[in-house]
Amino acid sequence: MATKKLDFEQSMARLEEIVALLEKGEAPLEQSLALFEEGTKLMANCSALLDKAEQKVSLLKVGDQGQPEEVPFDTEE
Amino acid sequence: MNAELRILTVSQLSRHIKGLMDRDELLSGVLIRGEISNYKMYPSGHHYFTLKDADSALRCVMFRGDAVRLRFRPENGMQVIAAGRVSVFPRDGQYQLYCVDLTPEGAGRLQVAFEQMKRRLQAEGLFDPANKKPLPTYPGRIALVTSPAGAAVRDMLRILRARWPMSRVLVVPVRVQGEQAAEEIAAAIDYVNYYDLGDLIITGRGGGSVEDLWAFNEEPVARAVFNSEIPVISAVGHEPDVTISDFVADLRAATPSNAAELAVPDRAEVEKHVQQLGCRLLRAVEQPVAAARLRLEQLRRSRVLTDPAAGIREKRLLLDYQSGKLLYGMEQALAAQRQRMGRLAAALDALSPLKVLGRGYAIARDENGRVLSGVRQIEPGDKFDLRLVDGTLACRVEERKCL
Repeated sequence: MATKKLDFEQSMARLEEIVALLEKGEAPLEQSLALFEEGTKLMANCSALLDKAEQKVSLLKVGDQGQPEEVPFDTEE
Repeated sequence: MNAELRILTVSQLSRHIKGLMDRDELLSGVLIRGEISNYKMYPSGHHYFTLKDADSALRCVMFRGDAVRLRFRPENGMQVIAAGRVSVFPRDGQYQLYCVDLTPEGAGRLQVAFEQMKRRLQAEGLFDPANKKPLPTYPGRIALVTSPAGAAVRDMLRILRARWPMSRVLVVPVRVQGEQAAEEIAAAIDYVNYYDLGDLIITGRGGGSVEDLWAFNEEPVARAVFNSEIPVISAVGHEPDVTISDFVADLRAATPSNAAELAVPDRAEVEKHVQQLGCRLLRAVEQPVAAARLRLEQLRRSRVLTDPAAGIREKRLLLDYQSGKLLYGMEQALAAQRQRMGRLAAALDALSPLKVLGRGYAIARDENGRVLSGVRQIEPGDKFDLRLVDGTLACRVEERKCL
């Protein structure tokens, strides 16, 4: 599973799923280890996403063709 | 006294006056502004009241057929505009307004419109809880359909930044009051949906008068919120302000700030949650590993492996005892046991650490020949030997990484 492509919501959902699967304790050893490895990667991914987090705020501008364009929004007063 | 004057009965006079009034164009269709007083509804269904202003009063009657069409309950003190005709009620010799419609003025008018809209949309199912969409737990993109100026957008941005800076916020600028506001808000919600510009929409504005907030009571906004594929939080005015969009939205927030709080989780709490998941992950994986290790240990300690000869001895004694043909039996037994020994040896061989090495595992030993089973048994900089299947590598620890 390509964990890099998952956004935070998906990563968290998969991580919670993996923990639940492991906690059920029904998976054979090899599968458990694979799940564990996937889980640790997801955790790293989520932590990294949580760490970087500098909020981006834009203002919507409607382009000539009606398409959405974004310009920086001055968040200071 | 003028002899030419006719003597009239009261009724004749009344009829005459009534005739004058009924032919008068102004009196046959008037709109009159005043305050309701002395309001009574009779069992007949007719309504009687007095309209008054500072200096005058006017008796009014509204017949049942007209009264049932009213969408509000007239009350004393209410400012209204009454429509009807003025004529005489001959029995009392009083003129009165035969009222056919009443419209509350000012806030009352808005309140009535609000109630009407609410009733209509509710009947259509726009407020139905079954139609409410769940909000994303960790929204990545949030669209704020609101005024780019003013305190509301600043409040929301401040809280979103503090709680959940991972989200990207798109301010979709609209007017939030005035004639065009409702259409603009509705169009913006449609637009965000059309171009999929968010995982969540917050629409709203800061506090104001009922008139200021009115756009959020209008049908286009209600329909846009209802039709939005993206979940919508409605955040209009202050806590006590309730708008139609609040009823239609997937979630009603008391204020814009409250909407921002409801929209996103708190980063610190999520971090804690991720850490807890990590602990559970470790604990959960330890179980199957420990179970497998235990099984392996039990196999390794089983008698047949620790003392292969014991099995042979037992079998041999059994054979001796049973056959009575000692020599023959012994030879037979030995041949059989030799074969078995061969199999056991092969099994042992397969379990030997060296065989395991052939599958790509390695044994690390520190300088004292101690087998390393954990990263804390050795320090960075220490030397150690790595035994592979076909030889040994002399190594040095660069860095320790704990799982």
